[in-house]
Amino acid sequence: MQNTFEYFLDQLINGVTLGSIYGLIAIGYTLVYGIIGMINFAHGEIFMIGAFVSIITFLTLGIMGITWVPLALVIVLVMSMAVTSVYGWTLERVAYRPLRGSPRLAALITAIGMSIFLQNYVQLLQGARTKPIQPVITGGMELMSSKMPDGGTYVVSLSYLQAIILILTIVLMTVFTIIITRTPLGRAQRACEQDRKMAALLGVNVDRTISLTFVMGAALASVAGTIFLIRYGVIDFFVGFLVGVKAFTAAVLGGIGSLPGAMLGGLLIGIIEAFWSGYFTVEYKDVAAFGILVLVLIFRPTGLLGKPDIEKV
Amino acid sequence: MLEIRGVHTFYGNIEALKGVDLDVHEGEIVTLIGANGAGKSTLLMTVCGSPQAQRGSVTYEDTEITRMATFDIVRLGIAQSPEGRRIFPGMTVLENLQLGAITTNPDFFEDDVAKVFDLFPRLKERSNQRGGTLSGGEQQMLAIGRALMSRPRLLLLDEPSLGLAPLIVKNVFRVIEKINKEGITVFLVEQNAYHALRIAHRGYVMANGKILKSGTGKELLADPSVRAAYLEGG
Repeated sequence: MQNTFEYFLDQLINGVTLGSIYGLIAIGYTLVYGIIGMINFAHGEIFMIGAFVSIITFLTLGIMGITWVPLALVIVLVMSMAVTSVYGWTLERVAYRPLRGSPRLAALITAIGMSIFLQNYVQLLQGARTKPIQPVITGGMELMSSKMPDGGTYVVSLSYLQAIILILTIVLMTVFTIIITRTPLGRAQRACEQDRKMAALLGVNVDRTISLTFVMGAALASVAGTIFLIRYGVIDFFVGFLVGVKAFTAAVLGGIGSLPGAMLGGLLIGIIEAFWSGYFTVEYKDVAAFGILVLVLIFRPTGLLGKPDIEKV
Repeated sequence: MLEIRGVHTFYGNIEALKGVDLDVHEGEIVTLIGANGAGKSTLLMTVCGSPQAQRGSVTYEDTEITRMATFDIVRLGIAQSPEGRRIFPGMTVLENLQLGAITTNPDFFEDDVAKVFDLFPRLKERSNQRGGTLSGGEQQMLAIGRALMSRPRLLLLDEPSLGLAPLIVKNVFRVIEKINKEGITVFLVEQNAYHALRIAHRGYVMANGKILKSGTGKELLADPSVRAAYLEGG
């Protein structure tokens, strides 16, 4: 194949954009796991709800005549984060808090139950058909172009949409890292992660901190939902399942409980998928992503950046 | 300042405290001594509402705190350096102290940290080191320092001398006296009865979830049964 480098660059851009979506969702899995040690399997559905809130807001704005893209995008993001956060908060309050302290299996099964519930809830409210949306952001910039043997030109371009996705993801992840490492809220979260009882003894409201963790995870997942919607243009009530599982895979790949791990894992899964689709077959891209997970877990059970569980003496 | 009346605390079906009465007055150092498993740590944790007393009452400065949430109780001005120190191993010394100050006005932070570093100069040298890498004595200093960061009026200390070298133990007790002289009331749980009774104004002896004896530090030090059980050969 000619134009190898250009083709490679194209796939890389695709992979990184896809990885942004996975990374943003994976943070929610990893944070919740870190603080209460459970896998929130309904997190994919939170992402899906974020996508639905986005499409509803976009269409409403369209009816209202607000079509200036930057303004519309900001309104959609804010709405989606706000509404989805309420769902995340409610989920923890209603389904998980009553089970705190019960065996892990109970929480896990509840999470799967909530996932099924939320899918059906959206299906009932919004119908089972896929919801399309017109392309919101069009155009792009040409990064490089080269002559192909048959006389045509191969153009590597970065669409404005991809650029916005990348910038948005980088900004969110930076802000988020600062929150976790530098602010009192982040310190309280890490304290609850390490020793919940001691955190309470110091005056940390543990329940509120856990709620806020769910809210933060949901807000990031909702942004991923918005991105997914404007990138792919169609959503349905089941969209959270596969994306959720992939993001969970990303979190485990990076080392569940580790924030940089979730970001790295998301990026890797996205890139692996893009390259596999680009160089081999699209049909087996999921197999590739999960295959890598299996390999990593065999050789590094704690994930790439995960810390081994050291027993306290 | 702290009134404990007829407190019964259970762990599951096990009755760890079987009706404890105890008082701590403002400005005192009060010590609670007793063997392993007597219920000393349970009493300290019951004061902080974790676990809560099943029967009886705990009153702090005329506020009944028996059924209050832990994080609300400590906001009243009670701080605890708990059994096993429980510092956050994955965080730096400074972050541990910042967590101690979570309930106070951030404006106080600089002053309060300076005071803690003044009390424990070793912590200053290690302020950017992770808590888990500290030695036992340093971790104990950090646990006490962290408790002081919340500007408590009542400080609960659970076996601050446990596992420390004799020289460091002396130092820890000196610091406790110093803290007390600065106006903080101290409730000290100890197995190291000799040191504890020497610095305490009053003391209680506990066994099997009950208070056996009480008196001034001097009286208990001189008491033959106390000497036999907790001081000699130990």
